[in-house]
Amino acid sequence: MQSKQMYNYPDSTGHFGQFGGTYMAETLIPAVEELSREYLRYRDDPEFKAEFAYELKHYVGRPSPVYHAKRLSESLGGAQIYLKREDLNHTGAHKINNAIGQALLAKRMGKKRVIAETGAGMHGVATATVAARFGMECIVYMGAEDIQRQAANVFRMKLLGATVVPVESGSRTLKDACNEAIRDWVTNVESTFYIFGTAAGPHPYPMMVRDFQCVIGNEAKVQMPEMIGRQPDAVIACVGGGSNAIGLFYPYIEEKNVQIIGVEAGGHGIASGKHAAPLTANAKVGVLHGNKVYLIQDENGQIIETHSISAGLDYPGVGPEHCLLKDMGRAQYVAINDDEALAAFDALCRFEGIIPALESSHAIAHAIKIAPTMSKDKALLVNLSGRGDKDMNTVATLKGITL
Amino acid sequence: MSRIQATFDKLKQQQRKALIPFITAGDPSLQLTVPLMHGLVEAGADVLELGVPFSDPMADGPTIQRASERALKHGMSLRGVLAMVAEFRTQDATTPVVLMGYGNPIEAMGWEVFAKRCAEVGVDGVLTVDFPPEESHDAFEHLQAHGIDPIFLLAPTTNDARIQQVAKLARGYVYYVSLKGVTGAGNLDLSAIEQKLPQLRKHIKLPIGVGFGIRDAATALAVAKLCDGVVVGSRIVQEIEDSTEQSVVGNVSKLVKELRLAVDKA
Repeated sequence: MQSKQMYNYPDSTGHFGQFGGTYMAETLIPAVEELSREYLRYRDDPEFKAEFAYELKHYVGRPSPVYHAKRLSESLGGAQIYLKREDLNHTGAHKINNAIGQALLAKRMGKKRVIAETGAGMHGVATATVAARFGMECIVYMGAEDIQRQAANVFRMKLLGATVVPVESGSRTLKDACNEAIRDWVTNVESTFYIFGTAAGPHPYPMMVRDFQCVIGNEAKVQMPEMIGRQPDAVIACVGGGSNAIGLFYPYIEEKNVQIIGVEAGGHGIASGKHAAPLTANAKVGVLHGNKVYLIQDENGQIIETHSISAGLDYPGVGPEHCLLKDMGRAQYVAINDDEALAAFDALCRFEGIIPALESSHAIAHAIKIAPTMSKDKALLVNLSGRGDKDMNTVATLKGITL
Repeated sequence: MSRIQATFDKLKQQQRKALIPFITAGDPSLQLTVPLMHGLVEAGADVLELGVPFSDPMADGPTIQRASERALKHGMSLRGVLAMVAEFRTQDATTPVVLMGYGNPIEAMGWEVFAKRCAEVGVDGVLTVDFPPEESHDAFEHLQAHGIDPIFLLAPTTNDARIQQVAKLARGYVYYVSLKGVTGAGNLDLSAIEQKLPQLRKHIKLPIGVGFGIRDAATALAVAKLCDGVVVGSRIVQEIEDSTEQSVVGNVSKLVKELRLAVDKA
């Protein structure tokens, strides 16, 4: 097992072992180099850190509580399930942690225009929110398919003053929104800060997003001993690009007794080929959106359209640090299918009075699956990364109800 | 001597500038790519850039995005592109062919296999848009081993240190991206190119081709005056999109002849 001294990624060139890197067109290389320089300059700057902490406390509402899901745990008859309540953050998900961090950096770099890609719309809402908060122009790229699925979030972004640009190319989902945001960035590289939503993309994004999201795991490491006198036996989070997961996992990497489990979107099942689970499905290594990662692709290296009930997990790649943690054996990655996620969604609603995001429902579903196999004195900490208000239409449609 | 070097040497002797058209392999159809390549050469092309379609062409504007989508719909693959170059070479042993695209299809094939196949079928250069010099070590080791020229991009945002880095690695020619934007963008700024080129020439001893945003004879001529070669992509791909299968070779030839005349006035 790795000691704290040994686990030190990424390296100075942005690589997590063979993963990560800076695979970008030349026009943008100077921009990501500048971003690296500026981020490293402010990362340990006391004033920057203080401002970030202030915003997290007073604007986001942190720390987010850890909640013991007692009735759900009792119904399962096994391990106790605890929820890290990122759904209680301002804007309803963990995405705001990172959006605030990057907006503070953008402000220091003198960038007045921010762009973002979004899948489920939570990162788009978070970016639109911080842009309003700091007085910046905001453009959000969103797949036309996702705009259909997440109409409420589109309206929310517009209320916050953002321009939402529908992306009609490719599969019209998150990966295509990324492509279009990159095209905007290459065109407006000097005026624009790209607030990237997940712990992937070219260096320094995977590191920077992880650092901003680590507040999740850092809080949990204090809260769990307060609640149960020790750390949990396992930490569990859903993984699309993997920002909420790495935020919870990273502070636990050296805690050897804590199992780390990432839950990917199994869609209609790995065997069906209609999923968004590159790690679980043993996808090949490839290069997309600026980094080398495990990537769902065909034998010719073309990216295959993914499927998930949850727009936020519907992405063919995954962050480079998750790829490394898988290869090191430090984290385990599993997949939860659409129907299992929906059942978990219902269970949390009925047993705990909490409506989870469909993304987070994947992590809950895995806890529901393994809790009964464990004794009652075991503890599972699940990252409840977002709330489910945005998913009302999707869930209603799946239940055959018209709202 | 490589075909690319021989071509640029000859052009230099003739005091002419290179015309480098780009088409996407497999667009408008699998059958028409090789006839189009020959048509481009007959109309006056010096070097051919053959686009390898990719599902996520992040550096391309809508025109080349659509061409990639059409080509992929026809089942175009990197293997297929290499077979097309082999077929082209049965009738043309001299015109350099550069494959241009994104890294992942090559990663999937493996750089070693790819480089070997390039040499076998007669590919002369490879331009991988999303593989900057810092991520290219393994890739280009294999290309070099098989005598394939790695073609690098430089951009308006590229600083002196990076120009020097590219100068060390680049072979064949260097492709200067004339504007901040995607292929086919409309914001070409001639005075900015004119200002940037001396900075490039200070370190780059290879011929410099300029592309992105060149859309007609007038812009081709203006750019040709400043550099060693003019790359025209989106405009040609647009012509392909606007043509029928019957008219496409003729229409593209006519367009390239106009561009040739313009470039030769430089």
